[in-house]
Amino acid sequence: MTRLAYYPGCTLETTAREYDVSARIASREIGLELVELEGWTCCGASSGHATQYELSLALPARNLRLAVEQGFSALVAPCAMCYARMRHTVHDLRDPALRARVNALLDAPWEGDVQVHSLVDLFSQEENLALLREKRQRDLSGLRLVAYYGCLLVRPPEVLSPDDPEYPTMLDRILQAAGATLVDWPLKTECCGGSISLSRTDIALELTRKLLEGAIRRGANGLVTACPMCHANLDMRQGQINRRYGTDFHLPIFYFTQIVGLATGHGVKELLLDRHLTDPRPLLAEAGIRS
Amino acid sequence: MARIGVFVCHCGSNIAATVDVAKVAEEAAKMDHVVYATHYIYMCSTPGQELIQQKIKEYRLDRVVVAACSPRMHERTFRKATAQGGLNPYLMEQANIREHDSWVHAEIPVATEKAIDIVRMAVAKAAGLTPLEETRVGITKRCLVIGGGIAGVQAALDVAEAGYEVVIVEREPSLGGHMAQLDKTFPTLDCSACILTPKLVDAAQHPKIKLYTYSEVVGVKGFVGNFQVTIRRKPRYVDASLCTGCGICWNNCPLRPREQEDGTVKGGIPSRFEAYIGRRAAIYVPFAQAVPLVPVIDTEHCTYFVKGGKCGVCKLKCPRGAVNFEQTEELVTEPFGAIVVATGYDLFDARACGEYGYGRYPDVITGLELERLMNASGPTHGHVLRPSDGRPPKTVVLVSCVGSRDEKIGRPYCSAVCCMYLAKYAIMLKEHDPEVEVYNFYMDIRAAGKDYDEFTRRAIEQYDAHYLRGRVSQVYERDGKLVVEGVDTLLGRPVEIEADLVVLATGLTAPAGARELFQTLNISYNQYEFVNEAHPKLQPVETNTDGIFLAGCVTGPKDIPASVAQASAAAAKVVGVLSKEELVSSPMVAEVNERECVACRLCVQVCPYKAIEMARTRRGKEVARVNPSLCKGCGLCVNACRGAAINLKGFTDQQLVGQVAALFAEPLFEEEERG
Repeated sequence: MTRLAYYPGCTLETTAREYDVSARIASREIGLELVELEGWTCCGASSGHATQYELSLALPARNLRLAVEQGFSALVAPCAMCYARMRHTVHDLRDPALRARVNALLDAPWEGDVQVHSLVDLFSQEENLALLREKRQRDLSGLRLVAYYGCLLVRPPEVLSPDDPEYPTMLDRILQAAGATLVDWPLKTECCGGSISLSRTDIALELTRKLLEGAIRRGANGLVTACPMCHANLDMRQGQINRRYGTDFHLPIFYFTQIVGLATGHGVKELLLDRHLTDPRPLLAEAGIRS
Repeated sequence: MARIGVFVCHCGSNIAATVDVAKVAEEAAKMDHVVYATHYIYMCSTPGQELIQQKIKEYRLDRVVVAACSPRMHERTFRKATAQGGLNPYLMEQANIREHDSWVHAEIPVATEKAIDIVRMAVAKAAGLTPLEETRVGITKRCLVIGGGIAGVQAALDVAEAGYEVVIVEREPSLGGHMAQLDKTFPTLDCSACILTPKLVDAAQHPKIKLYTYSEVVGVKGFVGNFQVTIRRKPRYVDASLCTGCGICWNNCPLRPREQEDGTVKGGIPSRFEAYIGRRAAIYVPFAQAVPLVPVIDTEHCTYFVKGGKCGVCKLKCPRGAVNFEQTEELVTEPFGAIVVATGYDLFDARACGEYGYGRYPDVITGLELERLMNASGPTHGHVLRPSDGRPPKTVVLVSCVGSRDEKIGRPYCSAVCCMYLAKYAIMLKEHDPEVEVYNFYMDIRAAGKDYDEFTRRAIEQYDAHYLRGRVSQVYERDGKLVVEGVDTLLGRPVEIEADLVVLATGLTAPAGARELFQTLNISYNQYEFVNEAHPKLQPVETNTDGIFLAGCVTGPKDIPASVAQASAAAAKVVGVLSKEELVSSPMVAEVNERECVACRLCVQVCPYKAIEMARTRRGKEVARVNPSLCKGCGLCVNACRGAAINLKGFTDQQLVGQVAALFAEPLFEEEERG
């Protein structure tokens, strides 16, 4: 078992509880021991990072320091927003002058020696993909899925170092290893409008519509994401979109960890697949997954 | 005691307005060794120079100090005057009281005091000067041109026309470079091959030009006038002296491409010349007008080589018995007096910009691929057809600056030709099919050449190309069409175009292997592996290594007229070297005291000109030895030498220490006297 500090963040405790639950289940299957960071606090992704630059780094730095103090050399943040904030912190605090300013805000200084992972980059490592293939118990070939990355997992590339910022394949490879039918599509990193979902809902609806339409046009019957923000937007707004554009979207939106959970034999309820607003159960039943 | 004359210059008012020149001459006259001192309004003028010559004779001077401008300005002038006065020219020392004094100070007493100090130091150094003799070496009157594109061929023709022998080394099987691949050239739209191939033939038939195609430069030794260059001649597996270029071999190669009845092509190997969209046999000439018209065998694909002798059709069919599978690589070493580097460019690999989908969608192509599609001898016989389904496109989107002016991918420079070749495509696409709609996403239109802007206006106004100022954010496929998403920044709106064909204007980069060659030649290059000119404005075709000249895209992106102009400029520089009977080199070079040298080799490592090599004395002791023809007198080795065994002639330790000691000998004025 690889032991990692696990930083759930606020979203996984609330609206994205199904991501938290499925992340823990999926990780166990491939031998990752996620140990929840004791005393974790806000990463600053909501309002902190827009308030003040030093604060936007101090908030993640505090959590990263906790990981070091608790004896971890690596930390995993499943939420794409938390992940991006932490990677930005590690990246920006290489500047010693800035580090001094940020450390002045902290009760103990951050010296920068912990690796920050997203769950996607861990799962897409070759040996973990091999483990997943071995652990497969259920046939998911009836699920024709597109992998959707959004922005926070891949941009800016110099901070997040994805495999390819314009055409990433990390998530695609995981879905393939899980045995789902992978559908290639070009809108992998298109904006879902998550950051303006509340201030300019009209634009967010248009952007989300384009993604749903693009996935269906390619023949997908489900969309997979690793970001709670994208998930909320894509899952929650389908009714609104249908009313506004006269469409009839019912495209289930999954967390990739739920797909891994299904592949390794876990139940629909266990993975909280009954919690999504666009109910995936009819699709799952059609694909031969009934419980 | 030496007999030194000091000549103080007014430089009009440049010096005299701030420095009391009479006072400087008066003080100089009192210094040790000085037997004569004077001042004059312009020392560099003819009367000024005559004054120096005359006083050398009159006072039997054996050293001269001229207190004037920087040696960079007039050292040569005053050395000449000294020589004409009958002294060794290196017995002249110039004291810089202009740039170092009058130009940077405002108050007369301070500037005057400093001028006297500077003169005192120069006098002390002059007293220790020794006569130096310039070395003269003979010249090999032959020129090497590396690269057989338009720049290299033009340079070779010009040098050969001046009467000197030229060797062109080209690593591809044929001369011609990228220009041979182009369909038409902007802004005149004349056929590229039609204007290029006569030059290639001229080069091949010129009695003074020798071609080494399919060859590479692997070693360079020596210095200007006397380079020794080693060239690797790769085996073609075809004897050029027997081959007539009849084509029987490539028309019978079992791996040759075969056109089907429906116009599609089966078999064959992707051809580099056809930008990999056309195909060729395993024994091939890159194009019909190749020079020389002698095929090569691609051993990576040829069945004979891949399967150990199981083919040989070409050898069997060749009526002249020219195919020779036993041919091996050959190394030749030849002497040259000068070298022209004209290694050209490669195109940026558009796969690095994932947003455009190049390599993922067959109908996203590069400009060079479109050139071959438009060309009558290209894979589609000049019909512009989509690679995916062979149908003519009705909507074409041109994307500028792919791999140029893009910090994000580490290519901030402009590729100089893309704006113009996109305008050419806009016109040519309409000429091929008047129904086609052409959209061009641009950042700015850079059309600074002669008739260039007019050409662009023609594309927009007469040919009705839609020019959109803005970038493309991504290209993706939807129901068999390419969706191009971008922005029109003049309208401030996002744009979406459904296109049949997307053409990327890929930028120009240094060719593969450029860095290794430049290191072999010992010439410096920038972070993009373009060679640095000796001076970007005033020495644009020269390098920091004497005798090595530049032409074309080797220094950065350039169009054909600029490359040709540079080629002729480089040729003029070559002729300037080769037309001399011998080369005179400065005697102010480093010299190793072989008794003191401990052969630590530090100097060999620090020398930027590769001028120091290890040698043995007659008694067998290993020592460092300076090649005076390569040494530039920079002094790095002098400082690096731990045992102080190296001296720079004209700047010996003894001379410099004497100069510094003079400065601290005695203060001229008391503190309170200062103004």
